This record gives sequence, structure tokens and C-alpha cells, in this order.
Amino acid sequence: MAIFGSFMGLNPDVIQLPKILQGPDMANWLGTDDLGRPILDRLIMGAKTSLLVALWVTCLSLVVGTFLGAASAYFGGWIDFIMVRIIDVFLAVPGILLAIAFAGIMGPGIENVVIALSIVGWVGYARLSRAQVLALKHRDHVQAAIALGSSSFVIIRRHLIPLISAPLIVEATFGIAAVVLAEAGLSFLGLGVQPPEASWGSMIRDGTAYMLVAPHMVITPGIAMILVVLSVNLLGDRLRDKLDVRTR
Amino acid sequence: MLNYILTRLISAALVILGVSCLVFLLIHLVPGDPIELMLGESARPADREALRHALGLDLPVLTQLNNYLSGLVQFDFGTSIHTKQSISELIFQRIPASAQLALSSLLIAILIAFPLGIIAAINKGTIWDQMAMGFSLFGVSIPNFWMGPLLIMIFSLWLGWFPVSGKEGVSSIVLPAITLGTAMAAILARMIRSTLLEVLHEDYIRTAIAKGLSRRQVILNHALRNALLPIITLIGLQLGTLLGGAVITEKIFSWPGLGQLTIESIQSRDYPVVQACVLFISLSYVMVNVITDIVYAAIDPRVRLSDNNSA
Repeated sequence: MAIFGSFMGLNPDVIQLPKILQGPDMANWLGTDDLGRPILDRLIMGAKTSLLVALWVTCLSLVVGTFLGAASAYFGGWIDFIMVRIIDVFLAVPGILLAIAFAGIMGPGIENVVIALSIVGWVGYARLSRAQVLALKHRDHVQAAIALGSSSFVIIRRHLIPLISAPLIVEATFGIAAVVLAEAGLSFLGLGVQPPEASWGSMIRDGTAYMLVAPHMVITPGIAMILVVLSVNLLGDRLRDKLDVRTR
Repeated sequence: MLNYILTRLISAALVILGVSCLVFLLIHLVPGDPIELMLGESARPADREALRHALGLDLPVLTQLNNYLSGLVQFDFGTSIHTKQSISELIFQRIPASAQLALSSLLIAILIAFPLGIIAAINKGTIWDQMAMGFSLFGVSIPNFWMGPLLIMIFSLWLGWFPVSGKEGVSSIVLPAITLGTAMAAILARMIRSTLLEVLHEDYIRTAIAKGLSRRQVILNHALRNALLPIITLIGLQLGTLLGGAVITEKIFSWPGLGQLTIESIQSRDYPVVQACVLFISLSYVMVNVITDIVYAAIDPRVRLSDNNSA
């Protein structure tokens, strides 16, 4: 839905003042908002924003985090020592707070949201991949690759990362849900995408001003978000069972 | 034990130092000129230079870091650009409200999570278990910036039971605390269920049942007591999410805590205050975790023994 939204001929930004704050009817299935814009159309465009941010942030943090974590564990020594300290520092700051501060200082905008959430996001993957590689690096096949003179980069990429991918994929699935929530949270605070662009978080924020007359403005984006987050979390649970990853 | 406390305190001090540097870098890592971000592009050059000088941003970065850190040691965060007040004063004004909110959310989370987790564990596989875990999954997925407005709509606007926002009297804390505590309750309930299930398989539980103790006694005195340790750690760890989430919750309910101060300062581009808030919230999080660890070690000697062996 979110992907095809751009081609569906929706009117998420068309302002129709005679129709403001209408409840759901035949023309606008989910009603209209304070500027007469159809909420269904805006929901779908908001889904696009959400998905785009979630995918970018998850990919960026997954790649950076996995690589830094794996390299840190593989090389050990002072590299690992420093890396662990850096990870500890990032874990000591509540994630959403750091993201709010970064996004707040960089100013609103979708790129800044992606950057802020990635700065916060990589740590989890780094910690996970570091722990996994620590357990794996003395395996025979890794030792054999070292003996054969493979470069460290090749060993990490070819011999270590494939083995630790299952728990990382599970973690990334839950990560997507977390990013969807975080993006909406930033947008709710006005730090996300800018109007008239639609985001679920900003739709909820706009709706809070009209809660008595038009409760549907708050309720619908929230339900959409819960459904997405719930299904992604369920998918993560399933994947965990399928890929047989032990819960930490 | 003293050794353990010392090692924990030293590593916490290192983390705090790191967090201070990270927070210091917050302004410097951001692309562009922080002064321009604060004053806007139309500011007069003289004003810019004045602010740059007042904030010490015209000094070399390392000198700035040095000044910043030595200020922190004396609890001097500088002054607010916007209100010209001392930042530590601003922060201390907000601490009581934030602490009240955090503690009441914690209380609500515990009050919901323990019964749910215990019911789910002892009725594993039944409809009770599924209902409790269903609630838990729902609680994790529901964002606080949606739940807050919804609660306001139902309990303040329609039913009129609680005030919409602000901090007047005891009843005003109920809705923010529920909003903030639900996610933690959900995660805690899951954890309580799984640790209890693990413990219930232990031999001493079978012995206790064989001794003829009542179900209630076995669960409360034998199982829960032993399951409590990982749960305490989780509560400490979750407190970070709670403190972070408080920023949004405080904004929704206009709760006059540190979180709202953070948002207000972001909106007025008062970056020194933003930095101080982030630092202070993280500091309290680190301290809570150190205390949790120490309490944990005091209750369970295995922790400090294994830590000494591995160190």
C-alpha cells in the first residue's frame, strides 16, 4: 500500500475548507482533518514516510553496527577496549532522548531524522555482533582462514558475518518496529517531516487540538501504527522461533 | 564487596565522562554553524560574535571541552541563552516533577506487571496466559504519544475524571503515569513470566510442593523470590526507556519536568540547556544502574564472585 501510494492518484495535500473535520463518510472513508484533507490518503502517504525512514535507518545502523561490532571482537586488544567503552556510553543515554536532541539541534527534516535515529540505532547491532563474533572467532574455519592468509576484511565478511546473520536479522525486525515508533515520536514533537508532508506522528499531533470535535483524527493514525508495529513484532517473534535464536 | 562497588563506580565514572564528551560533541558534530542555527540566518554579525564569545565557541575545541568538563565537575552548566538563568537552577526546579512522574510510572508498571506475569506463568498455555501476553504485546506496540491523547480524550474530556494537563494535585499525575508506565509494565510482565517459568522447573520447587506447602506459598516465597533478581536488573535497565519516554509524555501532559524543559529548549534553540538536560537525564540513568548492580550484588553473592574471577 505504502509503496503504491505515490501512484494511486491520492490527494493527501489538497485543502478543502468546506469539508474540514468531517467524520468518516462515503467520499472520505476515514474522514477529513482540520484542513479538509482526506485522512485515508494522508495515512497512506504517512505509511510511505514511516517505511522509508524505517528501512533507511535499519539498513544504515545494521551495516555500520554489525561491521564495527564484528571488527571490534575480531581484532580485540585496544580496538575492542575503545569500542566497548563507546558502546557503553551510547547505551547510557536513553535512545529516544539522544535522537530527540540530535534531531532537535540539526533541525527538522526527514534526512535529519534518519541521521539522528541511525546515530542511536547502530549500538544495539554492534553489541550483538560483537558478542556473537567473540563466541565464534576461535572456531576452526576462522583459524583456517587466518592460516591461509585471508585478509581480515574477507574473514569478517565471508566467514563471520554469515554465521551471525540470524540473530541480527531478528534484531533488525524488532528494530524496524522501534524505528517506526521513534520516527512517529519525533514527528509528534515536530522534529520529523515538515508540513504539508504527512507522517503518522504529526497527524496525531495535529489531531490532539481537535480531540473533542474530531476524535477520528487522533484515533486512525494510532491504530494504523499499532497494527504495523504489532505485525512487525509478531514477524520478529516468528523469525526468532524459525531461525532458532535463543532469547537473550 | 567493597572491591566490587569500587570497580562499578570507576566504570560508571568512565561512562559519565564519555557521556559528557558525547553531549559536548552534540553541538559540534552537527553540520553547520551552531550559532547560525541558534540565531537564524538574519542575525547581525555583531550579535553572532557576541554569542559565540559568550558560549566560548571561539576557543579551540579542546579548550572548550576542558572548560565544559571542569564546569560540570562544579555542577556549572553555564547559563541559558533564552532566559539568562543559571542552567543548574533551571534543572533543579524541574527535578521534583520528573522524579514524581518516574516513580509513579514505575509503581504502576510494577502493580500491573507482577499480577499479569504471575498469572500467565502459573496458567501457562491457558487462555489467561494468552490474554496476559496479548496485553503485553499490545502494551509494547502502543506508542505513548498516542495513548496519552487517547487517555486525555476518554478520562479528561469525556468523563472529566482527571485534569487534561498540568500539575495540580494528586489526580493530575494519574494519566501521565499510566501513559509512561504501560510499556514498561508490558516488558516486565513478559520477563516475570519467563523467569518464573524457568524457576518453576527447579528441584527446590518440586521439594516445596512435595513438602505440602500451599501453591500460594510456593509461588510467592520460593519461586518469585528467586526470580526477582533478573527482574530487578530489567527494571533498572528499563528505567532508561522510561526517562527517555518521559520527554514525550511530559510534552503531552504539559508536565513541568526535565523532559518538557528539553523540548522547550529545543524549540527556543537554547542548546546549552538541551545539552544539560540530556546529560542530567543520562547521569541519573547511569547512577540508577550502578545502584541496581550494587544492590543485586549485595543480595546475590554469586554476582560479585563471578565478577572478581573474570576480572
